[in-house]
Formats: sequence, structure tokens, C-alpha cells
Amino acid sequence: MNFSNSEINEMYLDVLKELGNIGTGNAISALAMMIGKRIDMKVPIVKIVDLRQVPEILGGAEIPIVGILLNVEGDIDGFIMLVMSQASAHVLVNMLLGTSLNEYSEFTDIEKSALMEIGNILAGAYLTALSTLTGFKMIQSVPQLAEDMAGAILSFPAIQFGETGDTALYIETEIFEQSSRIIADFFLIPTEESYKKMLRALGVV
Amino acid sequence: MIETIKVGMADLNVAKYPNALTTLGLGSCVGVCIYDGKNKIIGMIHIMLPYSWGVKNNSNPAKFADTGIPLLISKMESIGSNKKNMVAKLAGGAQMFEVTRSEFMNIGKRNVEAAKKVLADLNIPIVAEDTGGNYGRTIIFYSEDGRVEIKTIGKGTKII
Repeated sequence: MNFSNSEINEMYLDVLKELGNIGTGNAISALAMMIGKRIDMKVPIVKIVDLRQVPEILGGAEIPIVGILLNVEGDIDGFIMLVMSQASAHVLVNMLLGTSLNEYSEFTDIEKSALMEIGNILAGAYLTALSTLTGFKMIQSVPQLAEDMAGAILSFPAIQFGETGDTALYIETEIFEQSSRIIADFFLIPTEESYKKMLRALGVV
Repeated sequence: MIETIKVGMADLNVAKYPNALTTLGLGSCVGVCIYDGKNKIIGMIHIMLPYSWGVKNNSNPAKFADTGIPLLISKMESIGSNKKNMVAKLAGGAQMFEVTRSEFMNIGKRNVEAAKKVLADLNIPIVAEDTGGNYGRTIIFYSEDGRVEIKTIGKGTKII
């Protein structure tokens, strides 16, 4: 099986777009329930990007961002990673904790755990969607959070993809709550073995 | 006028005096900087993975320590450098997330080890390094004197 085959990528992309839609829908419902407010979202953008462009996604390799990483185990092994600009992370924290926006302060421990909890919810929503589509069981680990340069944080998914191909897949989600706007990027990073298994289960190959 | 040439992820480049080379936001990747002080020629590679063997998608030699470093050296030689003048400096190889599933996942450490082994096999001495930790680095490599400036978020700037 050749993973750099563009035909497979196209079909895989279609299936993942569907996954992105269902997953984001699930995530928004969960989040809205948690904060007790109406949340809107845009149809997520699903892209396969050149590996070397990955650090540019959030506006440059040196831009400070927040990354939340979770292990996935079970029928599918791999990682889920969520990345957000610091500004989006602050909006999300404020939404969740009902605090006022202060873009330039560092995250407190409580704010960090709120972000990790959001990571949990979002990852869970995508995994539920994937599980519905494939019938696979997946268990997610406790999330980890890192705040650093976009290039450094994104080197993690880039390297994982680097073992299987020169392209990375990402789902960009835009969430709105009144005038607040959050952009969150989501990476699904299965191991090569699990990638094959997933493609088969999704009917791509 | 000094031109600062960017080196992307899984990419390499060379420069002559007075120009500089830079790579932004190194995480688990390793930046290998090779300096020929006699000819004032520099070369930089942004390595993502240790070895090309056993990796199916290995068409880009600059992605790996084992294929990228020799290629970088031959590019430096093609613009007038000599291997016997070369010394190396390493930066990066951080562990951005504590991943418990296996030692394999500490790719930063494995990248540093592989870069060291490849350089040793090529008889290129490592004169300085700033590797490990759990934070990102931006590096700028000057042909003037071979100094490497390392910038971080919240951990200041240093020169090796």
C-alpha cells in the first residue's frame, strides 16, 4: 500500500471531512452543555498540507501557541493533538470559567486544567465520531499541555507524520459564542499500522 | 548587508560570508550547524528523524541525520569548503510532551544521538551543543565567526 498515492489521499480526505463534521458537531454540543450557552461553528476545514508548511499554519514557526496532546490506545493507536493560538486559548478559558479577557497574562494552573479538560472533551468527541464510523474501540489518555513556539509544538505531529509521509492532515475548527471567536486545529495521528486499519475500516482501501 | 537565509523543516542550506542561516521554532528536531572557519562557509540542516532505513517515506534526504548530514557536507564542499576544516554545533532535540507509551517516542533524544553518531563517523568534531529540555528554540548561525544564537520563549537568548 502506497500512502503517498494522491488518489488514496483524496478519498481519505473525504472520509476525514465527514469525520471532522461529525466530530466537531459532537464537540460543540458537549462544550455548549458544559458552559450552558449557545455555541455556533463553521464547517471545519480539512486539509492535507506539506510537512514543511506545518509550522506556518498558525502564523509562523515562532508564534507562541498552546498544544494539548492525548494518547489514543485500543483498536487504533496514536495521538490526538489540539493546537490554538494563545488568544483563542484565552477566549476558550474565559468562556469556560466566566472570567474576563486578559490576553497577556500567563495561564494559571486552574486555567491550564480547564484547557486540558477542553482537550479531553474535544478529543473524546472526535474519537466518538471515529468510533461510530469504524466500529473501533479507542481509549484516550490524560491530556498534556505545552505552551511554546508553533514550530516546536507542531514538530510533534510533523515527526509522527514524517514516518509515513511528507504530508500532514489537519482539521481547522472555528467556534463562535456571541462575539467570541476561537480557532482550534486538530490533528489525528495514528500509527502506521493503525492508519492502514483505519483506511480499511473507512472503506478507502 | 548580511542576508539571513531560512532553513525549513526537513531542509538544508549553505552560505558564505557574510551571510547567516536560520531555522525557526526547533522542537524535537535537531539543527546541525557545520562551520568551516578557514573559508567562512556555513551549512545548516533541520533534521526530523534519526535514520532513513526502516522508514517507508525516505525520499527527502534532508529529513534524516544519516542521509542529510553527508549531503550537507558535500554541498558545503561544492561551494569551496573542505571537510578537514569543519566543526559542528547542535541545537534542539527537546521533548515537547512527556509521552509515556515508549522510549521510542523521545524522538528529540534519538535525533541528537543519531546526529552525534553520524558526525563522529565523518570525523567532524562537535564543539558546542544546546540540546534537550522541553522547550522550543530558534537558531541563527553566523558565517562571520561560526557563532550560533539560540532564542527561546521565556528562557532568554544564548550564544554557543
